[in-house]
Amino acid sequence: MKAAVIVFPGSNCDRDLSVALEIVGFEVSKIWHKDPELEKGIDLVAIPGGFSFGDYLRVGAIAANSPICKSIVSHGERGGYIMGICNGFQILTETGLLPGALLRNSGLKYICKTVDLKVETTDSIFTQKFSLSNVIKIPIAHHDGNYNANANDIERMRDQDLIAFRYCDNPNGSIEDIAGVLSSNRRVLGMMPHPERAFEKAHGNSDGMTFFKGLVEAVATT
Amino acid sequence: MKARIKIMLKNGVLDPQGEAIKHALNNIGFESVTGVRQGKVIELDIDGSDKSQVRSEIEHMCNKMLANTVIENFEIELL
Repeated sequence: MKAAVIVFPGSNCDRDLSVALEIVGFEVSKIWHKDPELEKGIDLVAIPGGFSFGDYLRVGAIAANSPICKSIVSHGERGGYIMGICNGFQILTETGLLPGALLRNSGLKYICKTVDLKVETTDSIFTQKFSLSNVIKIPIAHHDGNYNANANDIERMRDQDLIAFRYCDNPNGSIEDIAGVLSSNRRVLGMMPHPERAFEKAHGNSDGMTFFKGLVEAVATT
Repeated sequence: MKARIKIMLKNGVLDPQGEAIKHALNNIGFESVTGVRQGKVIELDIDGSDKSQVRSEIEHMCNKMLANTVIENFEIELL
């Protein structure tokens, strides 16, 4: 199973994410944003957290127009698996692979802490190992995590069960307490919290391990 | 040619920075301020002499990258 971790100038969770994916069994290659194409045979594209391009213009906006992103969008349109964590989520909304946008936190502060998340659907490779309404502890670390989408998109996401995670205690003003969403084909996930920062005992909490284990099992059987 | 693009959050999208500026203005004595919205201005130097063509090229830039039309509106002014 092959995963590509995309690296932009300013990405800073690329190593953590690669380590988490490798530990559960992915063969990981790091792909520089200027590469024109993803290599063949990639099962999962993973876009890490960080501050791509210094968050200039708008979070994720410049990264979403990087050369590699055309290939990522095609991968998504072909039904490939993609996950974006934190800045990765912001980039995925900017490419249009996921609906909505991430705005400045309503309290204006950068927030770095572990939060309780409720698993809202188990119908995706990313969440299938959890039980519905499980509460898991995953760290967040962001300044622009205030999820916003128009009323039609919200209604559609509710109807089609595309909300992956909600905050138990909304830290950033996100609409409907949304912490993570799926694409219509359920194969693209964006989430602000960082499961790669809570996946082994040394992290103090390994709820993120369930996420990565589910992911690798699902990819192995598809 | 020079162009100026004004990008603002859409009405109804909460602007926490605008809110913070409003509170700060109220706190330093400008109690008459009842609302603040913060946006950004981008100025471009751009080749071209046909105004309508330049304008449509800038619209394309705004839709593709300079603005996020999910949350923002833009206005183009050719100078």
